[in-house]
Amino acid sequence: MLNLVILLPLAVALALPAVPRRAVPWTWIAVSLVDLALVIGMWAAHGTGGGIAYETDVRWIPSVRAGYHVGVDGLSLPLLALTAALFAACAVYSLRQTHRVRGFAILFLFLETVCLGLFAALDLLLFFVFFDLSIVGMYFVILLWGHGDRTRSALVFFLYTFLGSLVLLLGFIGLYLGADPHTFDMVELTRTPPLSGGPAGLTLLAVGIGLGIKTPVVPFHTWLPPAHTDAPAAGSAILAGVMLKMGTYGLIRIAMPMLPDAWRHYALVFLIVGLVGVLYGALVALAQDDLKRLVAYTSVNHMGYIVLALGAAGYATGDADARRLAVTGAVTQMVSHGLVTGALFLLCGVLYDRAGGYDLGRFGGIARGAPVFAALAAVAAFASLGLPGLSGFVAEFQILAGTIGSGTAATAVTGALAVLGILVTAALFLRVLHRAVLGPPGELTPLVTDVRRPELAALVPLLALSLVIGVAPRFLLDTIEPLSAAVVALVGRR
Amino acid sequence: MNENPADLAPELCVLAAAVAGLMAGMFLPRRRQWPVPAVCSAGLVAGLAFAGAAATRPGLMAFDAFSVDAITHVTRITVLGSTLAVVLLAAGRVRGHPRESEHHVLILLSALGTIMLGTSSDLLVLVAAYLLASIPAYALAGFGKDAPGTEAALKYYLMGALLGVLMLGGVTLLSGVGRGTAYPVLRAGLAGAPPAAVAAGLVALLAGLLFKAGAAPGHYWVPDVTEGAPPAVAAFVTTVPKIGAFAALYRFGAETSPDGWAALLAVVAAATMTLGNLAAFGQDNVRRLLAYSTVSQAGYLLVPVAMAGRTDLARPALLYFVAAYAVTNLGAFAVVVAAGRDDLAGYAGLLRASPLLGLSLVVCLLGFVGTPPTAVFVGKVLMFGAALDGDHAWLAVVAAVNTVASVFYYLRWIVPLFRRPAGPPRRARGATALAAAAALLSLALGIAAGAALAA
Repeated sequence: MLNLVILLPLAVALALPAVPRRAVPWTWIAVSLVDLALVIGMWAAHGTGGGIAYETDVRWIPSVRAGYHVGVDGLSLPLLALTAALFAACAVYSLRQTHRVRGFAILFLFLETVCLGLFAALDLLLFFVFFDLSIVGMYFVILLWGHGDRTRSALVFFLYTFLGSLVLLLGFIGLYLGADPHTFDMVELTRTPPLSGGPAGLTLLAVGIGLGIKTPVVPFHTWLPPAHTDAPAAGSAILAGVMLKMGTYGLIRIAMPMLPDAWRHYALVFLIVGLVGVLYGALVALAQDDLKRLVAYTSVNHMGYIVLALGAAGYATGDADARRLAVTGAVTQMVSHGLVTGALFLLCGVLYDRAGGYDLGRFGGIARGAPVFAALAAVAAFASLGLPGLSGFVAEFQILAGTIGSGTAATAVTGALAVLGILVTAALFLRVLHRAVLGPPGELTPLVTDVRRPELAALVPLLALSLVIGVAPRFLLDTIEPLSAAVVALVGRR
Repeated sequence: MNENPADLAPELCVLAAAVAGLMAGMFLPRRRQWPVPAVCSAGLVAGLAFAGAAATRPGLMAFDAFSVDAITHVTRITVLGSTLAVVLLAAGRVRGHPRESEHHVLILLSALGTIMLGTSSDLLVLVAAYLLASIPAYALAGFGKDAPGTEAALKYYLMGALLGVLMLGGVTLLSGVGRGTAYPVLRAGLAGAPPAAVAAGLVALLAGLLFKAGAAPGHYWVPDVTEGAPPAVAAFVTTVPKIGAFAALYRFGAETSPDGWAALLAVVAAATMTLGNLAAFGQDNVRRLLAYSTVSQAGYLLVPVAMAGRTDLARPALLYFVAAYAVTNLGAFAVVVAAGRDDLAGYAGLLRASPLLGLSLVVCLLGFVGTPPTAVFVGKVLMFGAALDGDHAWLAVVAAVNTVASVFYYLRWIVPLFRRPAGPPRRARGATALAAAAALLSLALGIAAGAALAA
């Protein structure tokens, strides 16, 4: 079933050239909905149990012991569901698109397979293959359907993240060579961490930089604002909603369990890098006049919380319950950020579709002409700044409580400082609402008509899910908790 | 002592085909020379069949000078397959040419020399193979008898002659201090020889082999020949002789393991990939761009050569990468032949005008970058693994940085493909089919890497 989930979009993408032009968007929507239903079915069947389910292990390159090994657990399932949901939303959102629809659909279905495959991969080489293909896919999305200085943005995106992926590959080969016998299999590498001492530190450096560029953490975030600004709305939503998670997912799935000694040793580095991301992302976002850049920088801020929480989880001297809470919060934040930021980028896309710009100063009083848009924007903004009752609050509360609560001086101080990030985020989103949605009319405001039906159908489910997680997070947390307990135990091994 | 000629059946097939082609070319009327490429292709196919059969048998040594082992099998199959592709690529273009039969025969003879380069375990045979592989190629480079071709041939010849003489000197020196020319003898002899003499002999020997491989510092001929020679010949000289050169380099390193081999080759590898990449940045002529890309790829290929004898990963890395490189390079050149354009701007809209050709080019260029799941990706993973396992982490980092740099110029070629077509597409069915086949093979080799590596 998992293989079907992963490969179905790709199979349909290959068949899409034969589909009549008018049926292309509907085929795309149907496939993504079927895939979403299959993922939900898998989640329901897996329940809240621990361990790996739906495993497939086929030999691929046996001489280096790499295989097509996939499976799901409490960490994969929420991310697979998020991926399927966001891709379905993008399919619905793109219903009105007219420019090269067929190619767009093929590329997105390809990307869906790649993203789903990555979150299900249990083999380092397979993980890397999907990691690299996601870069290629997104490069073409930005290059062919982007706007502004898209050629340059796409090139910067490709070069920067490709460098990250190659450094990551060196780290993976380090893990491979450290294991005895040599293997790329993640399950075996997790069972017996292969390296210790200096080599482990270097490997963590390579893996950390590789995943850090993708996440992105400050100072490796400079590829992100141009890529997000010039990508089409659906591309930005996938890039921020799904592909940024590849970095943090890799930290939880690969770096922490496979290099526990090194992770504990350098936990302070991750704490500080996370804190810098939180504060820097929030402050720079505050200074933006371009709405899409602003959302891009809040991603730096939100991903910073995740790195912060994972750093705190490495403090072996801290309270184990609190560290578990931090990891659970980190995974919840991944899901929450995916939903909310995906919605925010799609909303930016609505503005660009109508008015052809993102400049905050030229909008104002949108609420009068487009009340539904204004309401959706307000909900998304509040979800992003972490208002109770929405998913961001659940995630950030757990992260901060876990970080501060694990009881060591370093985590307490960084956690307390990170709270300031929430304050700045609140300020900047209120400023956006104040200037663009309320306030006096701007020069572009008359162009902004209200959201159309496909846009509404794409946006409402994302924000509704955020609300569901905010009000009744139990189903999500119950799935994640066995996993976070396992990760904390793995990273605490000596 | 094993002196069974049947062990060299693939080589004999190529030789027989070349001789038959030459004889047929002398008696056939000028306008009706089509049997010559047919004979040559048949010889290559027969050679491939023998080589495939030989690959299933255990390794052995023939005539005390030819090793028939895994390296030989891969060299044979890759060289024969690539040569077949080049003959098919050239067949349409030189049809009816006054020297049509000579063209194909020269290609076959050069391929034969290349295979011998890869199989020889004796310095004297190595020199003979070097000459056999080189001299037909000089003539091929100037085949068009036009100004750029003549310049290319002259440059190629002068460079090859100079470095070949240097190599001969190195062979003399090594056989003198090592008391023999066979690799097993040299292994024992060089260990007790004066280090300075060994080093000097080694450097001189490398000069010739690096020239064949198109690696620094013997790479100056690559761009001029690639641009000046006919496209099919350019595809040949940037693909086939390299295969033999890398096999020869690896075999010499692994079987004689001289002091300082890894350090010397690692520096050459780093210099080659960096030089090739930097020079490729500003190229607007796709053939020059491909030429510098082959130089940089030669740099990556030298990494496992440098690690010869230091890690178990070196041999699979080299063999896999060589085959992957040959497939990808031939695919890219087939696109150039099919499109018939040398300027980057001429590729605008190719994807719309001829989706098959455009897609093949995208696959080949992304393959050069090492994007999964193409063949070069697996080669690169093994190459990185060999460098790290051989304690040359710095070389792996240099290779990674170079790979990222190379993305830039490959993308410069990919981007125009998506623009609007400038004019109606050219019809070149054969070359298009070959390009598509190469792209498919690259993907297949990447996905089915397990089966290929196990063989």
